[in-house]
Amino acid sequence: MSVVAFDAVTLELAGRTILSDVGFAIEPSEFVGLLGPNGAGKTTLIRAILGLVRPRRGRISVLGREAVRGNPAVGYLPQVRGQTDLKLSGWDFVASSASGHRWGLPRLATAERHEVALALDLVGATALAERPLGELSGGERQRLLLSQALLGRPKLLLLDEPLVNLDPTHQRGVIDLVARLNRELGCAVLFSAHELNPLLGAMHRVLYVGRGQAVLGTVDEVITGPVLSRLYGSEIEVLRIGRRIFVMAGDNEAEGEAHRHDDDGHGPHPHGDHGPGAHHHHA
Amino acid sequence: MARTHTATMVLERITTMLDYDFMRTAFMASGVVAILSGLVGYFLVLRNQTFAGHALSHVGFTGATGAILVGISPFWGLVGFTLMAGLAMGTLGEKLGARDVAIGMTLSVALGLGLLFLHFYTAFATQATALLFGNVLGVDRSALVSLASLALVSVVTLGVIARPLLFASLQPELAEAKGVPVRILAIAFMAIVAVAVAESTQVVGVLLVFTLMVGPAAAARNLTSRVGTAVTLSAGLALAEAWTGLTLAWFTNWPVSFWITALSGLVYGLSLCAGALRLDPFRRRTAQPVERAPTIDRAESLTSP
Repeated sequence: MSVVAFDAVTLELAGRTILSDVGFAIEPSEFVGLLGPNGAGKTTLIRAILGLVRPRRGRISVLGREAVRGNPAVGYLPQVRGQTDLKLSGWDFVASSASGHRWGLPRLATAERHEVALALDLVGATALAERPLGELSGGERQRLLLSQALLGRPKLLLLDEPLVNLDPTHQRGVIDLVARLNRELGCAVLFSAHELNPLLGAMHRVLYVGRGQAVLGTVDEVITGPVLSRLYGSEIEVLRIGRRIFVMAGDNEAEGEAHRHDDDGHGPHPHGDHGPGAHHHHA
Repeated sequence: MARTHTATMVLERITTMLDYDFMRTAFMASGVVAILSGLVGYFLVLRNQTFAGHALSHVGFTGATGAILVGISPFWGLVGFTLMAGLAMGTLGEKLGARDVAIGMTLSVALGLGLLFLHFYTAFATQATALLFGNVLGVDRSALVSLASLALVSVVTLGVIARPLLFASLQPELAEAKGVPVRILAIAFMAIVAVAVAESTQVVGVLLVFTLMVGPAAAARNLTSRVGTAVTLSAGLALAEAWTGLTLAWFTNWPVSFWITALSGLVYGLSLCAGALRLDPFRRRTAQPVERAPTIDRAESLTSP
């Protein structure tokens, strides 16, 4: 049984078609990198798996059942929007989401405390959790968010741009950590990112979205001139230098530093200026 | 000897203070209001909605003056108006978030209307001062009962929604994905805020609502990074400020609201200093400021999910 299966799915957001007639399946224990130009719909795709965006047509199933909100088998790390409360301790921040949907006072039962402690231990953040969030670096905060996503022992981790605003060293740290969790917990991972290269070696397959389409396959299958040209809607050249891969649109790198923005325009409030196929090279 | 004498004198005067019925009522009323404001205020500050609280009090002014004009109790006019405005704000939710100018304009118009209502009913012009700056000494027994019962309902409701509210306040996207009814919580919370604002108005007035709703909560958050401690501390500080203010007003004959605002400002200032020094008097365990890289030697805890 696939962890996530898209069957002829069409997704729309505010009247705009994000994905059209898309099909793919993510298998258990797979680490899948989610890539694509800005505004291509990476976040919308993740929100659809969470049941927050209903497909216009087609069927999305998660672990054999229809995608619905509140599936405890799905862990989620939302894109950082900068509005975190900096005065709170890491522990309280992570603990707030342990059975956070239940009514009553936010007091944790012993079993829930253990769950939080275990999740913090899994990401090596037990000591970090004692400090206020304001004292932590971006990479450390990302680890706390990751431990939050592990609460409830999910079978699938959806990570929306966990590398944004991190320097290369911390990016490496987060990727290694996710790869280890994937390996040792056996949970499937869908990891969206702006850049391909940091994920090479860690991910098993890549899901590339662009111009309403999505292609899932190994890096060798997907990151090729013909496939990416189709997804970008323009001539794309793929260069390999050593172990690194450069995706070039004309004379510019189509994915890379140019993509590193805080807001890539496909949150709940999409900017109209990113068409589904708008590739993002600065001419 | 002289010191003992002074202490006895002070004690005697405090006892005399509590001999008066209006003072006892004032203590109870301000106590009820302070605890409610302290509890609600914590979440208000956490959710970055303090401006909404401020706006609600201005809308309440219109409600109160309008009520005076048509001859009903200003308190119920106030509660009715803040409640309606609170529900509207909660419903509009995020759409309102970025519209500071729209909120600002609405509350100016509301205050202006309130002024007009007062103008028509000049006999009660003294009400203006009471509404704007509070008059806790004027609270009577029946008003106290209204305050207490409304506060009880609000605190119980807050207790019921506290857990998902905290989650939704800290991690709205995650909470939504986990099936928390984020919109309904936002509306329910704004209704509670509306009641708390209306009640605070009775003690410190429309213009000084911040002093009870925001001051203690913000100070508490500077003093501790724990949610439970901060909420308790917020209510405790609000209560201490209200009662100390009332007592100081009795001794000095200066306005109660002045003393409460002064204390609230002082406590907030001190909390800033403590925050700058990174003092956390309520820290439970000693934190280890050691940065650990994610380690891979915890396989035994990993293998049995």
